[in-house]
This record gives sequence, C-alpha cells and structure tokens, in this order.
Amino acid sequence: MNQPLIDLQHISKSFDGTMVLDDLSLTVKENSFVTLLGPSGCGKTTTLRIIGGFESPDTGKVIFDGQDITNLPPNKRQLNTVFQKYALFTHMTIAENIAFGLKIKNKTKSYIDDKIKYALKLVNLDGYGNRSVDSLSGGQQQRIAIARAIVNEPRLLLLDEPLGALDLKLRQDMQYELIRLKNELGITFVYVTHDQEEALTMSDTIVVMNQGYIQQMGTPESIYNEPENAFVADFIGDSNIVPGIMLHDKLVEIFGAKFECVDKGFGINKPVDVVIRPEDIDLVEPGQGTLSGVVTHLIFKGVHYEMEVTTPDGFEWLVHSTDLFPVGKKVDIHVDPFDIQIMNKPASEDEEAIGVNE
Amino acid sequence: MNKKLLSGPYLLWMIGFTIIPLALIVFYGLTDKTGAFTLSNVLAIATAEHAKALWLSLGLSLAATVICLLLAYPLAMVLRSRGVGAGSFIVFIFILPMWMNFLLRTLAWQTLLEKSGVINGILSALHLPLQHLINTPAAIILGMVYNFLPFMVLPIYNVLAKIDDNTVNAAKDLGANFWQTFWYVLLPLSVPGIISGITMVFVPALTTFVISNLLGGSKILLIGNVIEQEFTKGSNWNLGSGLSLVMMIFILISMALIAKYDKNGEGSTF
Repeated sequence: MNQPLIDLQHISKSFDGTMVLDDLSLTVKENSFVTLLGPSGCGKTTTLRIIGGFESPDTGKVIFDGQDITNLPPNKRQLNTVFQKYALFTHMTIAENIAFGLKIKNKTKSYIDDKIKYALKLVNLDGYGNRSVDSLSGGQQQRIAIARAIVNEPRLLLLDEPLGALDLKLRQDMQYELIRLKNELGITFVYVTHDQEEALTMSDTIVVMNQGYIQQMGTPESIYNEPENAFVADFIGDSNIVPGIMLHDKLVEIFGAKFECVDKGFGINKPVDVVIRPEDIDLVEPGQGTLSGVVTHLIFKGVHYEMEVTTPDGFEWLVHSTDLFPVGKKVDIHVDPFDIQIMNKPASEDEEAIGVNE
Repeated sequence: MNKKLLSGPYLLWMIGFTIIPLALIVFYGLTDKTGAFTLSNVLAIATAEHAKALWLSLGLSLAATVICLLLAYPLAMVLRSRGVGAGSFIVFIFILPMWMNFLLRTLAWQTLLEKSGVINGILSALHLPLQHLINTPAAIILGMVYNFLPFMVLPIYNVLAKIDDNTVNAAKDLGANFWQTFWYVLLPLSVPGIISGITMVFVPALTTFVISNLLGGSKILLIGNVIEQEFTKGSNWNLGSGLSLVMMIFILISMALIAKYDKNGEGSTF
C-alpha cells in the first residue's frame, strides 16, 4: 500500500505573470494524510486545485496512480474535493446534495438511499436528510460537504481549509472527526491549511510551503523538532532564531557563550542560524547556566508561563516554563544539547524562498 | 427627530401620482358615462376586436420574451465567466444604448426597416429584391427585443455572478459535465433572475403602444394601442380604464411570481 497515488512532477504555475508555483514536485502515498501548510499566497491552494483539476499547470505533469491526468477535467478524476466554504447546493435538500454525485453516475435509487443513510450516520447527522442547507450551522454544513464527497468512494479526498470558517472548539472537534473518518474509510487525504496546530494534529506528513516552494517535508515531529530553515522554524510554533557561529562539530557560540549541541558537518567557524524552542529553554539560578539575562516580561498562559529574558546583547528570548520567574529577576539560560537546532544561513532572499539547505 | 417625517415627500408623491390616479382608473373602469356602476368596460375585453388585440399582444410579447431569454442567458454566462473587471465593461457597453431615449431608438429602427429605409437601400444597391420589413409582427418583436433585452440580461447576470465559483466546481468535482452542471446547478440557482427578467420584459412588452405604433404602422393593433386610442381618439375614458384594469391583472400575476421565486430580491436590478 505504499506506491505513490499522486505524483506531481515539476509543476509550475503563474497567474498574470506572478509565479505561484515554481518547479514543484511532490508525491503522496496511498492511504496517507498529507497536509500542505503555509501562509496565504504560498501556493498550497493552487497545488490542491491542480490536483483537483480546477487549474492546469503551465508546465509539469500530474500523475494519478501511474496515469497522466494533467489534462483530465475534474469530472473525470477519481477524487473529490471539500471546498473552503462548503459550496453546498443551496437549492437542494441535504439528501439531494449528498446524492448529487451518485445521481450523475446513474446509481440505482436504493443504492443512493443506502449511501445517504450511511454517509449521514458517518458524519453524525442522522435524520438530517430532508433539511435545507440554510437550516444547518457552519460545522454541520461542513460535515455535509464531507459526506457529499465521500459517498462517491474517491481514492483521494482533497480538503481546502475545510475548518477555516469554524470557531476554535468546533475546529478541534472536527479535527478528531476527520482523523476518525480517514481511518474508517481508508482514503488518502490531501489537506490544505495555514493553521500549524491543525497540521501537527492530523497529518502523517506535513509539506511546509512558502512562495511557491516546498520548504520542508516530513512527519509532524521532524518538522517541529528539526526545522530545516528559519522559515519553517518560525512558521511552526514559536521559536527563538538567533545568529550563531559553529566553532566546530557539536559546539556553537551564541552571543559569546558556548553551547554544546549535537550537530556536525557545518565546518569550522561557520556563521549559522540557531533555533531553540521556547519550551526547551531552562531558566536556572545565575551562575548555573550558559548565558545570563534578566526576565523582562511575564504572561500567564494557562498551561505555562510565557516569559521574555533579555540578554546583555539585547536579544529577547522567548521562554515557556511552568516555573515562575518574576520580572526583574536575574536568571541564566540553559539548553540541552539535543534541543539546539543548527541551520545554514541563506545566502540570499531567493535562496531563502527556495529553502536551500545543503 | 421623527424619521417618519423623512418619508413625507415620497409619501405625498406616491399619494398624488400613484394612489389617486390608480383610484381614478378603478373608478372610471367600473362606471359608465353617467357614473353608474358597470362591469361592461372590463368585460369589453371579450369582444372580438379587443380579444384579438389582447391575444396578439400576448403572442408577440411572449415571443419577444423567449427570444430575449435565449439571447440573454448565454450572454450572462459569458459575462459571469469573464470576472468582475471585463464583465462590468461588457455590461457597460451593453447598457450604453439604454442611455439613448427609448423613442429615438425605436425611430432609428423605423428608419432602418422602412420601405425606402437603410436596409432596403443596401439591398437595392446589391441588386437584391426589396423586403417588406416594417409594419409586420416581426418588426414589432424586433423592437421589443431590442428595447427590453437589457432588462433580461441584467437580472440573470446579477444572479449568476453571485453564484460561488466553488459551487460550480463542486458539481464538476462530483462528476457533472458542462451540461449537467448547467442543468442541475446553474439553471436552478438562477431561477430568481430568470423570473425577474421575464417579468421585466414581458410586462412592458405586453402593454407597449409606442413600439407597435412606430414599427407596426396603424394596421397592427396591440392591446396597448387599443387602450391608448380609447383615451386619445375615442375619448372613452371608461372603456380605456376598464381595459387597463384587465392588463393590471397580468401585472399582478407577474409580481406574484417574482415574490414567490425571488424571496431575497436577488434578481432585482434597479
């Protein structure tokens, strides 16, 4: 079950002279949950629309299960899409919405009725078949949009920020529901979002995109713990990104202080970017850590305290800790070697966009 | 500040120029010359001469409405797919003739269609047989279509433009081809605009007397011409008012249709 279902080969696309995707290649394995994550305008939705057939790439190929579908119209593709604002047919009842794809395919009435029942049960909206679209809440409409797509038994389900319009609590519930659906149905999901938490919660694989390029691709853990460049580190979660000098293997100098780390192969005395997650910084009594500073801000966030520690060079370190250090207190910063992530400095802005990191 | 005061001028206007005239028409329509109550003015629609004019009016305005619909819907579809910028430019070009006076536009067609008019002039220059164009039902239909087409295009375009692209994409995504998408999604969603457009073409076409006067000569009498003549030449205000009341029934039916299908005012244009 591990052959690629979708294989995007060297896709480029521009709108009115603006390059949106530049030589993008991406494979999606069967039965995986892949999330395209990035800020607005990064090309994630365009990528999804190219897979769905609503945009055609300027160059490159879309391969679906070994077949070139680049020029196949959307209605001939074995996949379905859940659109951002549901895009339900408001002139039809819920049941008619769900039945739409099946009626087009000339399925028998009893087959369609069974499917409607099954789909409504699956999305926990049993008995809503005769309701009108307008009588449903946003969350319910979204579930109908999902039901309408999955009754067609697609091999691939494309989801374009489907939870974007819902409030926080509902969004979290729907995240679990989507994971459950995915596991029950065994369909491949390609999911587009700008919400990093959503991506981390649901995906097998996250593809971080920026300015039309893939910045990093990997499991949620690897994306979070080992960001390959400053963009990924900054976009996924909070992070401290500081300039450093890689003195030699496993030793990096930050603001004059020497930190042990686990990274190798960057060379000797090489300028680098260093990423340290706020929750990976331990605050200790003066004299016991590597770098000294003063607590300058303190906010209670519920799960933890969010503090800012200013070091003599002026850098404000973001620190998450369950221990309270009051404003004005002198502290030392300590970081465990494996919590320090070293990245090459991009040589130019273009390189920064492409995410070159060799 | 009492906000009701602000509606005062309009209220006065409406009472003076809508309510009172309407009441007068009802009064004249339901009385005879002596002022006694009678239904004969209304029932006069059934006489052969009036019924013929009514059926002809219904037939011609129906034909004009159908032609308008067939021309307008594809155009509105094109406008929709053009996006906002290009679309509104085409709309602008399209309603440009509407800024010219209605009478002038119709007179222009008279000049084109006349026996010694522009079209026959071109035909004779090409040594082709001259055509009898003016004073035919076809000429009247042409005049109706030309004058009222924008009133069909705009409500349909308005409704189509509001349909989310993704609604159409969803239909395609679910396997519908172009015609299925049109038939099952676009067309039903644009019904309010179609109804609105039909009404806005059919009602003025049904009651017109200017177009039939200018392009139909005095030979083709529509119900509008009959009513006009009762008021002007015949000086029989009672009969004219009675026939007007009959026409009003058609207008009320049209408005009821709009109210039923266009609850959100989506098809309204002006």
